[in-house]
Amino acid sequence: MEERGMNERVRMLRRQSVETQPHIYMERAKLMTEAYKLYDGSMSVPEMRATALKYYFQHKTIEIADGELIVGEKGDTAQAAPTFPELCCHTIQDMHVMNDRELISFSVTDEDLKLQEEVIIPYWENRSTRHKILEAMTPEWKLAYESGIFTEFMEQRGPGHTVGSRKIFEKGFLDYKKDIEDAISKLDFLNDKEAYEKRCQLHAMAIDCDAIIILANRYADLAEEMAAKETDEKRRAELIQISENCRWVPAHKPKTFWQAIQQYWFVHIGVTSELNPWDAYSPGRLDQHLNPFYVDDVENGRIDRDGALELLECLWVKFNNQPAPPKVGITLKESSTYTDFANINTGGITEDGKDGVNEVSYMILDCMDEMKLLQPSSNVQISRKTPRKFLKRACEISRKGWGQPAFYNTEAIVSELMNAGKSLDDARMGGTSGCVETGAFGNEAYILQGYFNLPKILELTLYDGYDHVGGHQLGLHTGFAKDFNSYEEFFEAYKKQIKYFVDIKVAGSNVIEQIFAQYMPAPFLSILTNDCIKKGKDYNAGGARYNTNYIQGVGIGTITDSLAAIKYNCFDHHNFTMEELVEAMDHNFEGYDRIYHLVTHKTPKYGNDDDYADDIMKEIFAYYRDCVTGRPNTKGGCYRINMLPTTCHVYFGEVMNASPNGRLAHKPVSEGISPEKGADIYGPTGVINSCAKMDQLSTGGTLLNQKFTPSVLAGDTGLDQFANLIRAYFNMDGHHIQFNVIDRKTLLAAQANPEEYKDLIVRVAGYSDHFRNLSKELQDEIINRTEQSFDDYSDADSEYPKGGCGC
Amino acid sequence: MKQPLITNIQRYSIHDGDGIRTTVFFKGCNMACRWCHNPETQDFSAEPMRNPDRCSGCGRCAGLCPEHAISINDDGISVTDRDKCVRCGACVDECYNEARTISGRAYGIPELIKTLEKDKMYWEESGGGVTLSGGEVMAQDMDYVVELAKRLHGKGYSVYIDTCGFAPYENYEKILPYADVFLYDIKAINDDVHRANTRVSNKLILDNLAKLGRAGAKIYIRMPLIAGLNDSEEDMLKVMAFLRDNSIPVLQVNLLPYHELGQDKLEKLGKERHDYGFNPPSKQHLNELVQLFNQNGYNNTKIGG
Repeated sequence: MEERGMNERVRMLRRQSVETQPHIYMERAKLMTEAYKLYDGSMSVPEMRATALKYYFQHKTIEIADGELIVGEKGDTAQAAPTFPELCCHTIQDMHVMNDRELISFSVTDEDLKLQEEVIIPYWENRSTRHKILEAMTPEWKLAYESGIFTEFMEQRGPGHTVGSRKIFEKGFLDYKKDIEDAISKLDFLNDKEAYEKRCQLHAMAIDCDAIIILANRYADLAEEMAAKETDEKRRAELIQISENCRWVPAHKPKTFWQAIQQYWFVHIGVTSELNPWDAYSPGRLDQHLNPFYVDDVENGRIDRDGALELLECLWVKFNNQPAPPKVGITLKESSTYTDFANINTGGITEDGKDGVNEVSYMILDCMDEMKLLQPSSNVQISRKTPRKFLKRACEISRKGWGQPAFYNTEAIVSELMNAGKSLDDARMGGTSGCVETGAFGNEAYILQGYFNLPKILELTLYDGYDHVGGHQLGLHTGFAKDFNSYEEFFEAYKKQIKYFVDIKVAGSNVIEQIFAQYMPAPFLSILTNDCIKKGKDYNAGGARYNTNYIQGVGIGTITDSLAAIKYNCFDHHNFTMEELVEAMDHNFEGYDRIYHLVTHKTPKYGNDDDYADDIMKEIFAYYRDCVTGRPNTKGGCYRINMLPTTCHVYFGEVMNASPNGRLAHKPVSEGISPEKGADIYGPTGVINSCAKMDQLSTGGTLLNQKFTPSVLAGDTGLDQFANLIRAYFNMDGHHIQFNVIDRKTLLAAQANPEEYKDLIVRVAGYSDHFRNLSKELQDEIINRTEQSFDDYSDADSEYPKGGCGC
Repeated sequence: MKQPLITNIQRYSIHDGDGIRTTVFFKGCNMACRWCHNPETQDFSAEPMRNPDRCSGCGRCAGLCPEHAISINDDGISVTDRDKCVRCGACVDECYNEARTISGRAYGIPELIKTLEKDKMYWEESGGGVTLSGGEVMAQDMDYVVELAKRLHGKGYSVYIDTCGFAPYENYEKILPYADVFLYDIKAINDDVHRANTRVSNKLILDNLAKLGRAGAKIYIRMPLIAGLNDSEEDMLKVMAFLRDNSIPVLQVNLLPYHELGQDKLEKLGKERHDYGFNPPSKQHLNELVQLFNQNGYNNTKIGG
């Protein structure tokens, strides 16, 4: 195992973080159950939620690990995964699966099992939101869900998908409490019929302010006790400072760089202990938020660059200590990773539109480079104003090949946000979180609802809506392949099927949204999100300034190539009939070499800057987007789309037979907006040009993976042109691009000998993961993603870049 | 105007001049360098190629070929009789394994420019453009090449000419107004070595270079280096002396270490692999040469393109 970190302290903390096996942590479930048994029914739902969190913070086990400078864990130690039975009450079998499965396992003790069986299950089995959701869904929803038409994010986890703003660093929880009290005093019980509900909600927020301060004070007490016993003078001084920090923040606005980081960390613990929201929580534009503290500390001699970097590295370890909540079933398949998707945005622009890069931005790049951890996901926002030095430093880290930082286009983010109705100020201070999702940081609930399997719906359309994998009628009766007389007729049928499933998905999501609004409010998160206090409304009930729901389209490459295969071969060139194509697909193309050859080799494909295919992409993209965008949700906002897969393209492929484009049965569909594997043959500019034809600014984010062989990026020239390639894509309004820069040989070796490549991290979707933690299918998929190197000899061990006429 | 054949339009080309470039490889060269890594660009006519790794030996191509030019050899791989083959491409379309190609196709100038322009965003961002290479671009139909360069140049795109220098000087004169930079090869300064390994003398090449220098062309000197053959310090000093004596304004020197990658292509062309015992110079020697150039005032000297 490679040792990383700027000094012995960080190396030790990092080692613990990386080497500890993730484990189930039952104390939260136990204390929550106690709190519910004590108080449920005696107060409103939001007050109950807040009281339970307070109870948890009063009683949970806390520890300050050796050498820590930033304190606080959601569980007992690093890599503890609390369970959230109020959302998803795991069966005993679930827990055995978590413990026994080869990948993404969580150790479960006999004691845990006993507690789950005797205390947790009896209380929560029929009270959890998962139970409520599955009770409330229609048979059509369930069938589509189980058949892999779409996934459902809120089935085991809470909505969150959000990120903090500057406010976190400018206020303490006593300040928030005052804001809350003000809001309560302004409630109009004469005219506002919701005034009582609002008061309950605001009360709950006030209780949560107390809760986090109580937790911090417990850490302050513990640090003080430890300092009294500490014999090492340096460590004693640190513990005393930790104690002072925790006594001050989060009650008050932080005064120093150290306190600012500690402040954020308490907020993070608060949000991720209250519920298990998707994408955890993130500090947003961390470089901009921290820079004033850094500058002030340096001016006053409190800190130097190394001191600040050390604290950042300690924060990085803290992020990495938090595995994603254990998932099971379909939710595990769509997001098969320990990563909890906290994501740091660095760079971009300031609130008044100036270049946002500062000293802390470079420090964050150094930190991610040095730490090389899965979490937090780290990205850079590149604007037209971003200094080339910053872009190149980010490229330099990216070309090391483990997928961080990813690159985001600031101008695209701002346009996307404004197009979705945000103010210019809010848009400028927005960014991306989770994988690639655009949001107005601190002001928006942008909730991902689930992935949507576009290629599977095409499959149904060829069989009159019948699902041959599941063996049942799943879609509408729109006719069989042989019945279509033109491509247009077929495409119309496909559109009908898409609309049918979008209707089912949206109707289901609206119900689920209400279940969360009514039974699972998030008062702690509401404190942090504008304008929940002002409105007296919960984050999960429309309290945020902006409320957007996203349905993530998956498989645009596969679907485009499939439609192109049909149009080109069956209708334009009459190479074979629809019936013949379907027959070949039914046989997984075995024995149908000619048809397979024509669809794989002789048909225009997305990813090559070929208008024949790309026009089809534009058409299907626009239909899907228009089918979803603008539908109202129940929180005063609307639905929109983004185009990303996490690991869902593998699952979506599993539930499918062969596709018209030659994709074989049960193989992954294409990911993000990347072309189908092997379809792109003209290199990165061909791919990028195709992707840029998608109207990305009308989405909430797209994901583009590029894999390069190291030789293409070698040397100054390689680095310079790498930076230029990114800029060019962003000039064309591309939203995001990320890179894997590892040669195929290394990946194959890592697949064969995972133990020898324990450290190998690769970019998967909007996040990086340890290669050894990926399923075989996903490993293959990453190995097969087209290597853009551009000559026939990409695997050659050439030390020097090649060039020239041939000599 | 005769349309020359093009073997490849390479996008994201970052070692053939400045920025991100799109390189057009013309087919046909009037030299025959033993170390050539694009042997398919030597012959001016279209040639069948077959990738032995992809060929399954199924024999469909042999059955389809109207000229009966294809057979399956003892290794179970298809072989084309180049004399019988009329380059009709029937085998290419029908090969299920994508093992067969015909190298070399003609493009009308408007079609070619349209294809190239797909990447203009990258040229714009990176200070790149188009590089006309080969084979030997200057040995093609000059009406075509000049017209192409003129139109590209007229649209404000950067045009680099990658040349071995072995063509009548009048060709260079014609292209000069539309060429931003010449990537000019000196394969070997020693004429005996040059003759033995490229089949021609370097006299015309050096003369042209001197003339281009006088005409005010911007020049990058590129030298393929093979250990012990053309890479001695003495050779390099001679190169520099020549450049200095003729006051050639050199903007960049690129030392291109030999690599073996052309061998696979020979096999695809159905030609014999050869073994001249060539090796790249050692890393240390390359670094020493860079220093030597630097010491002589050629500060912009790079290993690689």
